[in-house]
Amino acid sequence: GAGQDVGRSCILVSIAGKNVMLDCGMHMGYNDDRRFPDFSYITQNGRLTDFLDCVIISHFHLDHCGALPYFSEMVGYDGPIYMTHPTKAICPILLEDYRKITVDKKGETNFFTSQMIKDCMKKVVAVHLHQTVQVDEELEIKAYYAGHVLGAAMFQIKVGCESVVYTGDYNMTPDRHLGAAWIDKCRPDLLISESTYATTIRDSKRCRERDFLKKVHETVERGGKVLIPVFALGRAQELCILLETFWERMNLKAPIYFSTGLTEKANHYYKLFITWTNQKIRKTFVQRNMFEFKHIKAFDRAFADNPGPMVVFATPGMLHAGQSLQIFRKWAGNEKNMVIMPGYCVQGTVGHKILSGQRKLEMEGRQILEVKMQVEYMSFSAHADAKGIMQLIRQAEPRNVLLVHGEAKKMEFLKQKIEQEFHVSCFMPANGETTTILTNPCIPVDISLGLLKRETAIGPLPDAKKPKLMHGTLLMKDNSFRLVSPEQALKELGLAEHQLRFTCRVHIQDPRKEHETGLRVYNHLKGILKDYSVQHLPDGSITVESILIQATAHSEDQGTKVLLVSWTYQDEELGSYLTSLLKKGLPQSTP
Amino acid sequence: MAAHLKKRVYEEFTKVVQQQHEDLSTKKLRLTKPSKSAALHVDLCKATSPADALQYLLQFARKPVEVESVEGVVRILLEHYYKENDASVRLKIASLLGLLSKTAGFSPDCIMDDAINTLQNEKSHQVLAQLLDTLLVIGTKLPENPSVRMRLVEVACKHLTDSSHGVRNKCLQLIGCLGPVEKGVAKEAESQAARDVQKIIGDHFNDQDPRVRTAAIKAMLQLHERGLKLQQAIYSQACKLLADDYEQVRSAAVQLIWVLSQLYPESIVPIPSSNEEIRLVDDAFGKICHMVSDGSWVVRVQAAKLLGSMQQVSSHFLEQTLDKKLMSDLRRKRTAHERAKELYSSGEFSSGRKWGDDAPKEEIDTGAVNLIESGACGAFVHGLEDEMYEVRIAAVEALCMLAQSSPSFAEKCLDFLVDMFNDEIEEVRLQSIHTMRKISNNITLREDQLDTVLAVLEDSSRDIREALHELLCCTNVSTKEGIHLALVELLKNLTKYPTDRESIWKCLKFLGSRHPTLVLPLVPELLSTHPFFDTPEPDMDDPAYIAVLVLIFNAAKSCPTMPALFSDHTFRHYAYLRDSLSHLVPPLRLPGRKLVSSAVSPSITPHEDPSQQFLHQSLERVYSFQHLDPRGIQELLEFTIRDLQRLGELQSELAGMADFTATYLQCQLLLTKALQEKLWNVAAPLYLKQNALASAAAKQIVEETYKMEFMYSGVESRQVVIIHHMRLQAKALQLIVTARTTRGVEPLFGMCEKFLQEVDSFQRCFISELPHMQGSFVDKLLDLMPRLVTSKPSEVVKILQTTLRQSTFLHLPLPEQLHRATANIIEPTGESDNPLRFTSGLVVALDVDATLEHVQDPQGTVKVQVLYPDGQAQLIHPKPADFRNPGPGRHRLITQVYLSHTAWTEPCQIEVRLLLAYNSNRSKASSRIPKSTWSESLEALPPSENGIEGTIPFSKPVKVYIMPKPARR
Repeated sequence: GAGQDVGRSCILVSIAGKNVMLDCGMHMGYNDDRRFPDFSYITQNGRLTDFLDCVIISHFHLDHCGALPYFSEMVGYDGPIYMTHPTKAICPILLEDYRKITVDKKGETNFFTSQMIKDCMKKVVAVHLHQTVQVDEELEIKAYYAGHVLGAAMFQIKVGCESVVYTGDYNMTPDRHLGAAWIDKCRPDLLISESTYATTIRDSKRCRERDFLKKVHETVERGGKVLIPVFALGRAQELCILLETFWERMNLKAPIYFSTGLTEKANHYYKLFITWTNQKIRKTFVQRNMFEFKHIKAFDRAFADNPGPMVVFATPGMLHAGQSLQIFRKWAGNEKNMVIMPGYCVQGTVGHKILSGQRKLEMEGRQILEVKMQVEYMSFSAHADAKGIMQLIRQAEPRNVLLVHGEAKKMEFLKQKIEQEFHVSCFMPANGETTTILTNPCIPVDISLGLLKRETAIGPLPDAKKPKLMHGTLLMKDNSFRLVSPEQALKELGLAEHQLRFTCRVHIQDPRKEHETGLRVYNHLKGILKDYSVQHLPDGSITVESILIQATAHSEDQGTKVLLVSWTYQDEELGSYLTSLLKKGLPQSTP
Repeated sequence: MAAHLKKRVYEEFTKVVQQQHEDLSTKKLRLTKPSKSAALHVDLCKATSPADALQYLLQFARKPVEVESVEGVVRILLEHYYKENDASVRLKIASLLGLLSKTAGFSPDCIMDDAINTLQNEKSHQVLAQLLDTLLVIGTKLPENPSVRMRLVEVACKHLTDSSHGVRNKCLQLIGCLGPVEKGVAKEAESQAARDVQKIIGDHFNDQDPRVRTAAIKAMLQLHERGLKLQQAIYSQACKLLADDYEQVRSAAVQLIWVLSQLYPESIVPIPSSNEEIRLVDDAFGKICHMVSDGSWVVRVQAAKLLGSMQQVSSHFLEQTLDKKLMSDLRRKRTAHERAKELYSSGEFSSGRKWGDDAPKEEIDTGAVNLIESGACGAFVHGLEDEMYEVRIAAVEALCMLAQSSPSFAEKCLDFLVDMFNDEIEEVRLQSIHTMRKISNNITLREDQLDTVLAVLEDSSRDIREALHELLCCTNVSTKEGIHLALVELLKNLTKYPTDRESIWKCLKFLGSRHPTLVLPLVPELLSTHPFFDTPEPDMDDPAYIAVLVLIFNAAKSCPTMPALFSDHTFRHYAYLRDSLSHLVPPLRLPGRKLVSSAVSPSITPHEDPSQQFLHQSLERVYSFQHLDPRGIQELLEFTIRDLQRLGELQSELAGMADFTATYLQCQLLLTKALQEKLWNVAAPLYLKQNALASAAAKQIVEETYKMEFMYSGVESRQVVIIHHMRLQAKALQLIVTARTTRGVEPLFGMCEKFLQEVDSFQRCFISELPHMQGSFVDKLLDLMPRLVTSKPSEVVKILQTTLRQSTFLHLPLPEQLHRATANIIEPTGESDNPLRFTSGLVVALDVDATLEHVQDPQGTVKVQVLYPDGQAQLIHPKPADFRNPGPGRHRLITQVYLSHTAWTEPCQIEVRLLLAYNSNRSKASSRIPKSTWSESLEALPPSENGIEGTIPFSKPVKVYIMPKPARR
């Protein structure tokens, strides 16, 4: 899932022989089989547990975790599931709510039960930020802060020296209750990034907040009522904090209500996970926990008819049913009132209709509802925009990028930009498609201490950052690699040492005597090879280090001298250099 | 004066004491010197294990070592150093060497060779690093010795190849601190060293260890600080370091780049991957801007801060920092700011109600969008939106500095600053309001911006509101609607927070005088006048109405047509306000209104002069009274004092001056009165009552002189002399009175001696001023000094008496500016009838809010006093953080006072007042004496003898009703 698509996030990664599943979401748009990922991709026969090493859930949104009970309980998976503490706490609430809506309201059967959710949660292992969790001996994962919603995390998956970073959904600009995503320069082989806003660069958040507050404030001052339809989690808390601080700052008295139920439970968790919020909340929490709202109270049905100004947060966010719609119907007739839609509305909902300017709504029972209240739209969204995505890529410095969770057309643009700016290859596979990325794995090799000391003594100072060339013998034995000195290798393998000598004859036109030729060669070499020890032995042969050169007269032609160059295998480099040097001939000018 | 003299005496003493002290210590030294080093030696020899030795060394390090014995100790330490096998002991010895060479007065060049020698055979990296640190100390102790420095640098260079990062770190630090700075020296030295320090350090920019890289950059910066001109070639190296993996390296590199950009702003650098070239400062600016979106917030703060000081950067680069191209689905989108601006210029109000109002319009070319800008794009946009408020504050500060130097940038950054008014952290909001105030000369607020600014007026934090009032005082508004809006919001603020009254009135005063033409069309509406009908007269006591009037009257000052629009009662109100709130309502020229105009208008503008003249004339008169009979003198003084006090009330500018002189004259009057008494001729016991009067006068004069000395700001030394002189006279009077009333001579001896010491110290303190004091008490006294010293107390008293009567009255010269310290407690108001109830034994916090004017160093001097009905007094020192400084000469104290008491049966009132603490040591006279001679020895003296400490109440006491209830069991 999530390939060139939003929703149903589910990505399979095979890295160095390990298989990891990233997220396990559902699709909001479908009500049939397509709402869950097709797990038969993983394996046709055999159990999923055998095939998958672990499952990682980035955050609690249903399009990232909605299919989890189905996957673990109905399809069958018993391996570990990793998520952060807040996600683990909030996830079951949402799943339960989702289950209720599908089963109880829509009357679907063959759906996971509450017990399944509980069982599923038992398999979850909670992780802390920046905690390196060893899944098995080779596979390790590490969570980074991602903003977006409480407990959202990016995960680094590492096997050996190959690594993948999966961002989940993240946000690079801080908001009222959460900070910005952050990652260190971990240089992963692959960065899997969401790209919801691949083609958008957003305006400063402050302007939007200010507009929002101003509108609410004005309406309240006029004595009007404000209705804010929200979804239970995430934005709702942000808006609450925003209004709460504003009320505090401005000393306002009008009541703010929060529709009860799910949200109350969720608020409880927000109170608990203060460390996951932003700087301001973390700092002030000693005096007062920001989520212990002073001005925001629980809403009761009867309050809607109270006179005087008030602000009400009510679910659901698209005004299609439930409490928010009820309140909306009560208040719609008064032009002093206002409804603020803080998010996107699906076509066909009341929310969408009023946003597109419709003033007369037909409700069930052929009633016509005239909308006189003001309708405002205010976008609060917590995904990284194009700049944010680029910023994250710059921070992490990956070798490859893979885009998911976005529309194909938009991804295309971002892909092109990424390749242009960072010169890394970028992929955007569709659902079901597999992308293979070549990595340059490094293989750790044990080196014997003696050899290491010997080799480091030769060159300049050891430099941890730079590769260094070493001579040694690579032993591959019992699935392990060792680098040892040749002598030791021979000993271990029980082999005798063979001398490998290369000899080469070079013909030189020189009428002089062998001895003289030898001397000339000696002088010549002495002149060129200043750094090497060149010796002239009494028997007329010359040695350069351990290379032997002998000059003999050609048996047939006395004018041609034959230089015999002989070197061992170890001196291959120098030997071949010498031969090429000699082949060029001796300088003529020598007397 | 007495106090002063006394203090001088102690100075004298302290000098003496110090002398003795030194003598003592040197004696001691001779005694201890051998024992000290010897003891160490013995200890170290005794030590059986390294751990033991370490213990001894640690103990030794706790004790101070005298200068003379340092060298001996060092020798012993070195000896052990060579013998010691354990690295930790050697490390300790090395660090001790460093400590010892820091000893003041010790010149470490004698041990330098040894220290360098120890380096040669050392194997342990830690010890090596410590030794280099010691060398660094030695090097810094010998600044005038280039050859030593060269040697040390050479040593350091040798060790740069060490494999331990610690050693390399120290080497670089040493080179940075001691490397040759002057070119000339460098060249000479180069013959030996043949190396360039900069190059050596530069080579280590690529060291494998991040700590060494950081140290290298720091060393480079150190060289720069010491005055070496860095080479431009470093720039490209430094740029590479910006992409380092480690934050401390990046942070240091940002600094280095900044330094280079200040050194070579105009040189040209090529842009990689294109043929273009730009100025170095622009390039550096772009690079630092880039760092504003760094991963580490430390670097971000650093970068944002430095941006502010790069003022040579070209304007189009500067303006890019605020630019962030928006797009949505690949179509160009206008920012909210642009939209607001457009709406404003098209004259339409923002509907803002349609979904998709901000729908993107034009398509943009996908190729042209640059997501990661190489340059400065959007740096401030990012900085201001940062997660950490430290970064945001730094960015706001930088914006402020840049905007101050560039008006066009100021105009551009306005939108962003206004946005910051809604930040979630109060400090950031406050900072941005202050910033806005600082740049307000360059800007005019648009209506929509004003709207946002004014919205902050409802903030519950008083600081924010007051900062905003200050801001509004100096803003330019473009339209009359803007003015109206501001007024409406300010009035709203007034009703919500009535305590802001003064501040709002003041704000409206400036708003009015700045925008007379914009206020003019609003006048009928504001005064709710009607062309045909009479409207009811508004309530004169309504703060809101006063606020409106303040605005209008100040605008009317430079807009002569405005008074024509006033209705009758407005003129009456004007007259009233001009009297009651003269600092807010300016003098107006009101045509056709004879009554008002004759009273106020024509003579008003040159009014200052006459009052000043009056002041001087009355003083002249007083000073020339020499020939009058005593009665006449007294009367004249009384009249003049009365006149001056009245003048001070009328003319706020002259209040300080008038009060000051009045106090002085009052002292003189008291003195004259006391001397007038006939008691002097009669036997003492008969006139006990009179005595009481005279001694009370003397006491009061002393008090008044302290007030004169410490309560006024702007008092110069000329005045201080006279004040002290007056005090001396009062002391003399006291002495005389005591002499007359006490029997026996014993106590008199001490008093006389004390008095003479005071005279003496007075003379030494004010020796330069004495020529101006012809014929004065002190002048005559000093003439008689030899006689006084030798004579008996009774004679001294007699002499004093005659001199005191004969002495002339000193002319008090007036300084240019003189302000009396005043305090006004705003809160508690003292009007509440509801007692503050609390359980006895527990504490209750009372909020105190006061304004202080012309108080120097309020943190040190202002105290809060709480007086309980049982006479118990409590003195509270407010925290330094409780004082805010909203303007020059003004302070504001907002603090909490904790009250507690045992249970009462009835609620009762306590008094809260502010006191000004003084200490005669801190007086201006003593500050003229070079402190270095005696400041050290001063600490040895008991503090009570330092000088006379006391407090002056300087605010009206406020009564608070409290009721401690008995605790319920």
